[in-house]
Formats: sequence, C-alpha cells, structure tokens
Amino acid sequence: MAKVLMKGTEAIAEAAIQAGCRYFFGYPITPQNEIPEYMSAHLPEHGGIYIQGESEVASVNMILGAAATGYQVMTTSSSPGISLMSEGLSYIAGSELPAVVVNVMRGGPGLGGILPSQADYLQATKGGGNGDYHLMVFAPSTLQETVEVVQSAWDYAFKYRNPVMILADGFMGQMMEPVEITPHETERGDWKNWGLGNKGTREGKKRSLIKSMYLTAELLEAHNSKLQEKYDRMQKEDVKWEELHVEDAELVIASYGTTARIAKSAISHLREQGYKVGMIRPITLFPFPYEPFEKLTDRVKHILDLEMNMGQMIDDVKIATKSRFPVSFYGRCGGVAPSVEEIENQCKQILG
Amino acid sequence: MAETKVYSRPTTWAKDIHTHYCPGCGHGIAHRMICEVIDEMGIQEETVSMSPVGCAAMMYDYIDIDYVEAAHGRAPATATGIKRVLPDKFVFTYQGDGDLASIGMAEIVHAANRGEKFCTFFINNAIYGMTGGQMAPTTLIGQKATTCPQGRDPELAGFPMRMCEMLATLETPAYIERVSLAKPKYIMQAKKAFQKAFNYQKEGRGFCFIEVLSTCPTNWGMNPVEAFEWQIEKMIPYYPLGVFKDFE
Ligand SMILES: Cc1ncc(C[n+]2csc(CCOP(=O)(O)OP(=O)(O)O)c2C)c(N)n1
Ligand code: SF4
Repeated sequence: MAKVLMKGTEAIAEAAIQAGCRYFFGYPITPQNEIPEYMSAHLPEHGGIYIQGESEVASVNMILGAAATGYQVMTTSSSPGISLMSEGLSYIAGSELPAVVVNVMRGGPGLGGILPSQADYLQATKGGGNGDYHLMVFAPSTLQETVEVVQSAWDYAFKYRNPVMILADGFMGQMMEPVEITPHETERGDWKNWGLGNKGTREGKKRSLIKSMYLTAELLEAHNSKLQEKYDRMQKEDVKWEELHVEDAELVIASYGTTARIAKSAISHLREQGYKVGMIRPITLFPFPYEPFEKLTDRVKHILDLEMNMGQMIDDVKIATKSRFPVSFYGRCGGVAPSVEEIENQCKQILG
Repeated sequence: MAETKVYSRPTTWAKDIHTHYCPGCGHGIAHRMICEVIDEMGIQEETVSMSPVGCAAMMYDYIDIDYVEAAHGRAPATATGIKRVLPDKFVFTYQGDGDLASIGMAEIVHAANRGEKFCTFFINNAIYGMTGGQMAPTTLIGQKATTCPQGRDPELAGFPMRMCEMLATLETPAYIERVSLAKPKYIMQAKKAFQKAFNYQKEGRGFCFIEVLSTCPTNWGMNPVEAFEWQIEKMIPYYPLGVFKDFE
C-alpha cells in the first residue's frame, strides 16, 4: 500500500484490522470516536464483529471474554473511560489474556476536558486497577509509528499473554499525516492450548481454565511471582526508546508522544544556536527504558522531563538517573501543549 | 439378575470432586442439572462458561468444561465476548442475585436486549451467600439479613426486584422462565426449562433466562427442610413460577 493521508484515529483502526483484529467492543468518548465508528463500518467487511457495549465496564469485560478464546480483540477509549475499564484490565492481566487497548488521552481529573493531554501516564504504568499487575504500554509519537505499534501490539500481547496499551493523546488522534499501512501477520503462539472452545482438540480433552482467583496464599503468591517474571522479561527483551543527540548533550530532555515531537523542533533550533541539547524518548513507558539514562556520561548537566501533565514521568526519570543529575519538570496541561518557544526558553534558562 | 444402573454422576461432572456447598444449598442441584443437560446433548466439548462471583465462584472445579472467570456482575458482558467470537459453541452464565441483579444489572439487561444467543441461569436465594448473608436486591420485605437486621424495609431499600418480569418487558429475549428447587416436582420442571434453554441455544434462538429460586439455609438461619418450606411459603408467592416469555 502506498502512503495515504489519514486521521490518527482512523489509522489506528485500519492498522488494527490489517494486523488481524476482528473483534472490537467499545463505548463512545471524545476524542477517539472515529475508532469505533471506523470499526463498525469496516469490521463486517472482514468477517469481524463490532459491538457497542452499554458502558466501558461492559466493553472491557466483553474484551475479556473474547480474548479468552485466543482471537485478536481490541477496545479503545479515552481517560474517564479507561478509569472504568480498570476493573477489567486488572482481571485480564490477572487471567493472563492478550488484548489491545488504546487510550487517546484527554485532560482530567474527573470529567476534565476533551482536549489532548498525557495525564494518564501514572494510571497506565502504575496500575489503575487493583493488584500487582502491569500493562505493556507504548507511547508512539508519529502516526506512522502509531500504526507500527498498533500492528505489533498483538505480537506482544500473545508473547506475554498480557494486555497491551497504546497511550496516544488527542493531538495524535485528531491530526492527519501520510501513513503506510501494510498487512501484518500476528504471531499467536499456542493459543489453541488455552483458548476457550478447543477442549475437544486438546490432549486428553483437557479443559482450559482461565482465572485470576487463588484463595490459597501460597498459590496466589506463586501466581504473582509468575506475573512478575513476565514483567522482568519484558524489561530485558522488549524495552524500546529513541535517542537524539545524546552523545554530546549537556541537557537531555525526557519526553514521549506528541510532546517529544514538539521537543524535537525545539532541539533543532537550539542546536542551530549552539546549545547542546539531546533527548531520550521512551517508546515503551512500561517497561521503562532505564538503560539510556544509565549510559549518560558526566558531560550531562541536567535532565528536563517534559510532558503534557503536571509531571507524572519524573519519578521514573529520577529512578533511571540514580540521582546523578538534577532533574526538573516543565509541562502544560488541560489541553495546552508546550510550544517550541516555551521549550527553548526553558532549556536556555537551565543552561544559563 | 442383571443389574441396571438407574442413577449415576453425569460425565460432565468433574471426577471425584465434592462441592463446598452447605447442606441443603440449591447450587449443587442446579450444577447437576446443567451437567445432565450437557451430557444428554453430548456437548461437553462444545460448551464454554464463566464462573461468577459468589458461592458458585469455584463451579469450574465441579463442571468439566472450558472456563473463564468473570468479574462480579460482568458475566453477561464476558459471555457476549465469547459467544460473538464462538457462535457455534454453547455458552451460559450462572449468576447469583447479588451478581446479576445488583452490581451486574446493566450487563444483564443489555445482553438480554441485544438478544445475545447464550443462556443465563439466575440463582435467586434472596441473600448474599458468600459474603455472609447481607441484603440482596431480591431479599424479601421483612426478611432479615446482616445489613438489614430488622428485616428489609422498603422505605430504605425499595422492594425486591423481579428480574423475570423486568426482562420480559424487552422485545428481544427468546425465553424467560422462573423455576424452583423446593420440591421434586419443581425440580423436574426446572430440568425441562434447562433443557429448553440449551435447545434454544442450539437452534440459535436468542437470549434465554432461567431464574432458579434457590436456598441458602446457612444465611437464612434454617435447616435444609425449613429452607425449602420457607421458599414455598414466602418466596414463591412474591416470585411466581412460570414462563414469562417464549418465542413460540
Ligand atoms: C467488585 C466486587 N464487589 C464485591 C465483591 C464481594 N462479593 C463476593 S460474592 C458477593 C455476593 C454474591 O452474592 P450472590 O450473587 O447472591 O451469590 P451467592 O453467594 O448468594 O451464591 C459479593 C458482594 C466482589 N467479589 N467484587
Ligand atoms: S452460604 Fe448459602 S448459597 Fe453459599 S453454599 Fe452455603 S447455603 Fe449455598
């Protein structure tokens, strides 16, 4: 397929279909309504099914049931909707099921607003639902990267049997960019071994029992240890990031998603003026990329955490730097993105 | 004289397993009937279910079919997800009154209204069993529970909800019936309803809902015999047995 000009939300939906997603359950919320609209229009052409749940609570539990069959399923929502889905996400993670969830973030807390934000970093990476669990979280920063991340999302979801969240923001949902979307074959592994409905084909007609409840302390602890091993494995095998001009940087910006795009423009202006600014852009927010921060040399004077929220990633950045450098935060929220000039000024102030 | 076997455990019943249910509890009877119907239809490998939250949370230990666990109240949504992906499999939910009529009210109403082609067995024992006898949406007026120690007061808690009657107002469901387990005669009728629900699913008829008036001797503070008598005296007059909707 050649490059076509597409809106972010529609690119997400088409990428999902091209990666083999055939079951979509969701509930409308701005700014991501074009995804369920696109799915309702196009899934039937591919033999798939779109159902509008009565709520996000219902939708995510439809996802749980459908994911338990071993087929490729997806839901999408925006911040307050994701809060309602937290119950189901905890169950899906606890039951070790593969599912893909897109959060096109808007400002909060509460009903907040409908404009773009990155205010759900903590919710996405540190839980949201109950218990010791993690989603694998991707934060792409261009539409082409979003397409690629959406398509590979089921590979990771099945590899780890864990929900994968794509954390986009309202800008990425609503902007238009040329993208290339090609068919992607998802690797589903031994799905028939555990997927519901295959009892007849399993050795010894063994039934599949998918659950998160372990009433015996030792069993629940063992289950949690198993989950933890999986998260550790993600950290070793599938942590992703991008580095820009870090080799000689005196100031390193840490940012992701749309904010990182704006920061890139600021960095190129600053470089023209002789300021040595670089960037580490986490692509996976969980597992978090500690490595590029650990590798930074003493040439670095300062780290600037840049987000569209009140400073949610800063703790992770501080952990990653092990207190070797001063870390400060700059950000806007409520739907305001930091401008290129604001970022430049902030950097100049830091560098003196 | 040759011996004729007249009674045995259904093959769908997981081997050598004893339930954790209290003596006189209806859950065991309802489970057994489900297993019998699955056996009769020869669909053990074709049936998929989800365990609820409540005393039947571990029913997957007793029934040897593919199982996933549902969150409290969400089984109809989970079942929707399964049945939409696997339209040729038999899917049923099995839910208590707290599970279905309280936290999961939206999920059951909307699944019924969408005409999801699975069956729901709604076990109404008028109380929360597992958590220790709190008031349920189905607790009768005047009935004592740990969270209505003076008896359910409609001023405070409203009136007990009649799920069959409510769901029967919807256009879509294929079949809605209320049955009881309080007498052998009722159990026979209940078995017929279970068979019908599974058969309708085989024919792709749409949503089937069987409310089963059950017992919780432990939390009602009665012995099993008193519990069944109480059901006949108190529950059936408020929750009349019978068919509320049938596509035929
Ligand atoms: C979200 C959530 N809230 C509360 C509970 C606690 N809980 C477990 S069982 C139950 C009541 C179940 O009652 P019912 O559905 O009537 O089933 P029974 O135990 O009577 O068979 C409750 C409130 C839970 N597990 N999850
Ligand atoms: S507590 Fe009640 S519902 Fe639960 S097993 Fe005992 S009798 Fe049955």
